[in-house]
Order: sequence, then structure tokens, then C-alpha cells
Amino acid sequence: MKNPLISTGATGPLDLASVRDQRRAGTRAYAVALLALSLGLLVSVVLATGIGRLDLSWGTIAWVILGKLGFSVPAVDRTTEVVVWGIRLSRVVLSGLVGASLATAGVIFQGLLLNPLADPFTLGVSTGGAFGVALLVILGVGGSFLGLSPLPLGALAGALAAMVVVLTLSRESGRIRKESLILAGIVVSTFLSALISLIKSLDEESLSAIVFWIMGSFSGRGWIHVGFLLPYAALGLALALSYHRELDILALGEEQSHHLGVTVSKVRLKLLLGASLLTAGAVSVSGVIGFVGLVVPHLVRVLAGPSHGRLLVLSAFTGALILIWADVVSRVLLASGQELPVGVVTALIGGPFFFYLLKSRRTRGMW
Amino acid sequence: MIQVQDLSLGYGERLVLKDLNFQVEAGEFVGILGPNGSGKSTLIHALCGLIAPKRGRISIKDRGLEDLASRMRAQILAVVPQVSDMRFPFNCLEIVLMGRYPRRRRWGSLTDDDLLWALKSMRRTTTEHLQDRPVTEVSGGERQRVVIARALAQDPEFLLLDEATSSLDVRKKLEIFEILKFLNATKGLTVLCAMHDLNLAALYCGRLMFIKDGGIIQDGPTEEVFTPEVLARVYQTPMEVIRHPGHQRPYAVMLPLTPAELEESAPEASLV
Repeated sequence: MKNPLISTGATGPLDLASVRDQRRAGTRAYAVALLALSLGLLVSVVLATGIGRLDLSWGTIAWVILGKLGFSVPAVDRTTEVVVWGIRLSRVVLSGLVGASLATAGVIFQGLLLNPLADPFTLGVSTGGAFGVALLVILGVGGSFLGLSPLPLGALAGALAAMVVVLTLSRESGRIRKESLILAGIVVSTFLSALISLIKSLDEESLSAIVFWIMGSFSGRGWIHVGFLLPYAALGLALALSYHRELDILALGEEQSHHLGVTVSKVRLKLLLGASLLTAGAVSVSGVIGFVGLVVPHLVRVLAGPSHGRLLVLSAFTGALILIWADVVSRVLLASGQELPVGVVTALIGGPFFFYLLKSRRTRGMW
Repeated sequence: MIQVQDLSLGYGERLVLKDLNFQVEAGEFVGILGPNGSGKSTLIHALCGLIAPKRGRISIKDRGLEDLASRMRAQILAVVPQVSDMRFPFNCLEIVLMGRYPRRRRWGSLTDDDLLWALKSMRRTTTEHLQDRPVTEVSGGERQRVVIARALAQDPEFLLLDEATSSLDVRKKLEIFEILKFLNATKGLTVLCAMHDLNLAALYCGRLMFIKDGGIIQDGPTEEVFTPEVLARVYQTPMEVIRHPGHQRPYAVMLPLTPAELEESAPEASLV
């Protein structure tokens, strides 16, 4: 039986080869982007380590890093070594890891909740995590055990609790309402910020400590914090990457995902857990840093398309790059030599971007 | 074969459909018809496992629907919803390739076979030229054909359509039903579609099932059940059924409501 309608348009054999070639070209472009980002990250780490009040030559920095990595190098004096390795490099690495975590968490939230304005900060998940940490600190729970701290666990509990509250608030007869979602997130976030301020004030901490916690900061952070974050970031990223195909499908909505054979409730739970792990890890070491998870996924999506496998990886790199440089700006911006909370820098970039998304024609249909 | 036994469906306390019993054999082309709110969509949702039955049992190929793992189910049964929301600018080929999800291994990469299935499905639905276009930027009719291509890429034995063509113009409707007819005739694809358009149903479906007031009113070969009496009963509208002199299929012509009939339906039509 021949169907005349079906033979309209293209005829002849299916052009598998050209489609395959096209996909290969896509993979090549991805590999190139990955290579460029890795190089950029490497260069950024060294450059960012070099910037600060104590002037250091690139050579000294290279010697210290290579020396720590086990190469035999000329001796460097003790102070320089501490500044480069103990203070600056650890901070740069930490800010990179936090940037990567927040950006990938943003990718997951946007895909799962079908909302272009979703990110750990706008959903209140970050502030929930920060509240969890503040609560543990005032209760006197702290320290570390085998390099692991209970603080990220507190952040995870807080993040999950805030997420449940926000999702419940924005749910109406079984469906999450897009407008309410971000509204609920901002309300929960504002409320919890106030509670954090209250707790910290009762604890007689200085105002600047509170601001640094609510606006986020890497001030005085070191390798131990990298250790706190690393297991959470690794686990969260692994979860997200192993379900990236499902994330693509879930980004079409619940119903279509069901039809395509995704076990929606199970997979969604795992992905939300992954995003919460990433957020909680980041918040427990740096406080609430907004908008990284909002801006980065959009930037990457424009360049690399919406497929989540690549989106996650490229966003991790881009998030790391952006937060490393945001932290450098926060360190050097004030002439007095004082530090700004890094969240101030990200909000200055992220706020206008949020408005752009709100008004842009490209994303208006999305929410 | 799809087998439905003593099936009751509803939301919360409210039952929409009660004690349904029917079977759909492999290779059938079945239209599900009924007035608004009669439960056509609810039935389709239940048949694809989206909502759980209140009572009774649905089995597909002699296996309980609820016992089928999601991936297994999606290998046997594909669904084309009334509207498919697309928020992210995946290109159409990527959307169609998602139809291969239930057939791909967890960690396996995309095979040539997957690509071939996607291309074949796009050829069949005349969407090949849309491969590189973002799905967010194609027209409604094109998008629906892409979604059908995705369903075909699942390589299913059963295809359920939930008013999949309701929002399309006449030409697009016919194109889609021609594709379904072709696949039904040549590949033995079993088609079940909930629909509104009586004449479209009469033109393509071999069997019609009329549902109303929570149950099946009539179920049988189109030739036998597409009668003025049944239509009048289901839609409370006087209809005349005429056989087209060319293709010999029946079609319905609605007649204006008489004052008496308007009176009869007054409580329901009180908004008018």
C-alpha cells in the first residue's frame, strides 16, 4: 500500500550518514568547548591566585603549587607558601567548586520545575540550607570528623525542608503553579534570612558576620571547607549526570515523561535530592550566593542547546569560572582593602539578568 | 490485545466511568466518541497508566498494566496527548529521539538503529525537514506530527491518541489520520483514538465506541453503530446519517434543534 501523503517531502533513502556526521560535528564542538573551558579554568585559577594584597610573581605561584604536588622545586619562603597554598589557592578552588555546584543545581531545578527563573536562591533552597547551618552553629554542633563536618548535613536538612515548603506552597490541585513557585521561594528566602539574622544576633555575632552569611562569602575559607563540600558536590553531580537523559525528558513535563517510560516520581526525587546535595554543600561553606544557578544555565543553553548531559558539564565549568572571578572582584573592588560579600557581586550581575528573563520574548512562553 | 474488566475510573470521590468491559484486538482501529466530559480522556489516561483505576483491571497482552515496568509499557504502548507542552528549544530530531528512550540501554549510547528509527518515523509523519528546527518554533500541526513521530519511534504495538487532532485544521487532521491508516494497514499498529469529530471517526475508524453517562452506550463496527438513533442518544442532537456516494463511508449531518428539544435540554443549557 502506498500512501501519497507519506511520500510528499523528502524521498529516496533515509540520509543516515549526514545526520550521523552532523551529530559528530556537534560532539566535536562540545569537545572543543570543554577543552577551552578547562584551559580557561586552569589559567583562571593561577591568575586569581596571583591577585591580592601581597604581590607575588607567577613564577613563585607556580613553584609553590608544583612543590605541593610533589615536584622538586626551589625552596620558597614559608609566608609566601602559606599565602599561596593555604589562603589563596584553597579559596580559589573552593569558589570554583561552589560555582560549579550552584550552576548544576540551577540546571536541575530549571529542567525539573520547567521554570526558567528557578535556581537554588530564587527557590529559597539556599537560604533554607543557610538556616540549617545557623541553627546547628547556635546549638553548638560543629567541628569535624574524619574531615567531614556535620554542617553540610544541617544545610541539607534545611535545604530539603525549605524545598518541601516552597513546593507545597506553590502547589494547587496537584500542579505546581509557575508564578507561585518563585513567589513562594522569595518569601521563604526572605523569612529565613530574617531568622538567620535573629539567630546570629542572639549569638552576638557581628553584623558583618551576618551579612557575610546571608550574602555569601569565601572570606577565611580554606582546604578544610573544600573537604566539606567535595563529597556533596561529587554525589550531587554524579546523580545529575547519571539521570541526564531522564532530565531531558522530564523537561517536557510529567505527562509526556510518563508516556515515554520514565518512572517520574522516582527519578524526580533522585534529581531533587541531587540538586539539594549540591546546594547544601555549597551553602554550608560559603553562605547564600544568589543568581549563579540562574544565569549560567541560560548562558550555556544559548550556546550549547538544551540537552542536559552537555548542559550540566558545561554549566559546571562556566559556573566555576564565573564565581572564581566574582570572588576576585569581591576581594579587590574596595579601595580600603576590605572585602565585599561575593553575593553582592553575583546579585549585581544576576538581578538585571533576572529581569531580562522575565521580560524576554524567548522565555516568556516558558512560564 | 487490550482487555478491560469491570473498570471504574474517577477523581477523588467522583466516579467518571463505571464498570467498563471491553477488548481491543491487535490491528483494530478504534474511535472513542462521546460528548464533553463523558470521560474519553479519562479512559485514555487510564489505558496508558497515567491514572490508577478505582476498581477493575486493565491488561495489555495478558499482563496487568500496573505490573508493567514503565520502560516495558512504553515499548508496547505510545501516547499522543491533546497538547504537548514544549518549553525548552530541543530540535525536532532530539524530540523524536526521546521516543527511543524506553528501548535504549541505561548507559548505551545512541545507535544507528535508534537514528534510523527516528528518521523513519519523521519520514512517515512528513517532518523530516524539521529535524534541525527548535520544537518551540514550529507550528501547532507540525509539532503534533513531531510528537506522533516520537510515538512511532517507540516502535509500539498500540497507539493511543487523546484528541490529538482537535486543534488542527482539516487538512492537518486528514494527513495525520492518513498516516495512522497507513500504519494500521501495513504494520498492524493498533490505534485507539478519543475524538470529537464524528465524520473523521466514521471515515477512518473500523470500530466505534460511544461513551456517555459513565458507561459504554454502543460499541461495534462503524457500519453498524454509526446510526441516527445512536448519535441522537449520545449527543442529544437530531442527526441524519448519509452514505457518501464516492467513498461509501457514512457521515453525519446535524439538524437544527426543534423548540421541543431545546426545552428538553433546558436545565443543561441554562447558560445559553
